[in-house]
Amino acid sequence: MPLVVSLRSAVCLLGRFPALAGVDLDVAAGEVVLVSGANGAGKTTLLRLLAGLVPLRAGTATVLGHDLAADPRSHRRELALVGHDTFCYDDLTVAENLAFAARAADHPPAPTDLLEQLDLARLAPVAHRDLSTGQRRRLSLAIALAREPRLLLLDEPHAGLDVVGRAVLDTALATASRDGRTALLASHELDQARTLASREVELVAGRAVGGRREESPTVLPASEDAPR
Amino acid sequence: MMFVREALLVSGKDLRIERRAKVTLSQVVPFAAIVLLLFAFALDPDRGVLTRAAPGLFWVAVLLASLLAVSRSFALEAENGARDALRLSGLDPMAIFLGKTLAVLAQLLVLEAVLTVGVVVLYDMALRSLLPLVLATVAATIGIAATGIVYGVLTAGLRLRETLVPLLVLPVVTPALLGATRAWEASVDGVPGEAWPWVAVLAAFALISATIGLLAFGPLLEES
Repeated sequence: MPLVVSLRSAVCLLGRFPALAGVDLDVAAGEVVLVSGANGAGKTTLLRLLAGLVPLRAGTATVLGHDLAADPRSHRRELALVGHDTFCYDDLTVAENLAFAARAADHPPAPTDLLEQLDLARLAPVAHRDLSTGQRRRLSLAIALAREPRLLLLDEPHAGLDVVGRAVLDTALATASRDGRTALLASHELDQARTLASREVELVAGRAVGGRREESPTVLPASEDAPR
Repeated sequence: MMFVREALLVSGKDLRIERRAKVTLSQVVPFAAIVLLLFAFALDPDRGVLTRAAPGLFWVAVLLASLLAVSRSFALEAENGARDALRLSGLDPMAIFLGKTLAVLAQLLVLEAVLTVGVVVLYDMALRSLLPLVLATVAATIGIAATGIVYGVLTAGLRLRETLVPLLVLPVVTPALLGATRAWEASVDGVPGEAWPWVAVLAAFALISATIGLLAFGPLLEES
């Protein structure tokens, strides 16, 4: 399988602190990779680098066929990030937040089955500000999936979810994986996350252990219809 | 076509949020009305001065209120990491700029309509030449909204953005204040011939502001 993510000696700075201090990482198309590591190991920064939200200071980074050093923006329409924030507007309803994200990515408004899959259908007319933490996390994942991303970046997706919420989330992630989406999952909840992942990479002090694949396949070319 | 669709998507989102939150109606319009009232109290002993100064006072009130509208426009994007979501959305940054400018423009035009009634009633101002007055108002408001959005995104990620926006925006929109006041004075005096050169100045200001905004918004959004 071609590589969706290929990092070589990637360095990212937060101020002067090297949050990533030379990461090597390969992720093949369709893989679900668990990124583990202690607090401050660089998990969130790694996901934000892949999303093009923090600049690459040294090394090389190719995501979905795009060289992030030259162009950190063109691949964004093809990925989705579920971060610590929900990326939602408090005064918009669940359905409106979802529709805005889907239309922004040039997809039709999110289908009802996505709301049902994440147990959000009955909450469609409820404003984001009135949702519980767990409901917000599920909405955040629904927004990510509504974009139909080729690469899904998940930062602590289980945080704040109850048992039922975790089951709903895991089912949605398993479905996304079966649909061939590539995913990177940063988590402290390793037992839960390992059931979803096909491979684990540990970040230690800004470096990846087990990130590089032995048999390095070709890097995925950028899709021709991707926006420039 | 895609560009226009994306701009309308962003402006529609901002206006829908505004319709729910009613910040313009409950805070921006009352704030501007209070400014007009304070001017009226301060200058009331000399009714003639108040009437003569009405166009300038109107535009000072609009400028001060526009700062609230611009700050609100970016406060929306500060909540729940929405600014990162905009960056990740794949929307053309120029379309985001245009959409946010259109949303602020719509709110300011509503504000100006209300304030116009206010100055007519409170300041005894007569509106004689409506066409240059309306065109000057629209052009000045486009310039103010576009400038505000540029400085809004510039300061979006800063802790001191609420105090920085007025310091940065007010000096830059001086041409709008000057041109709109002169055009309004000529319109109020019933000499539209004197208003048209100022309308042209305001149109140029609007065009330059919008062009700078379209070009600068993307890089500023990435850096904010």
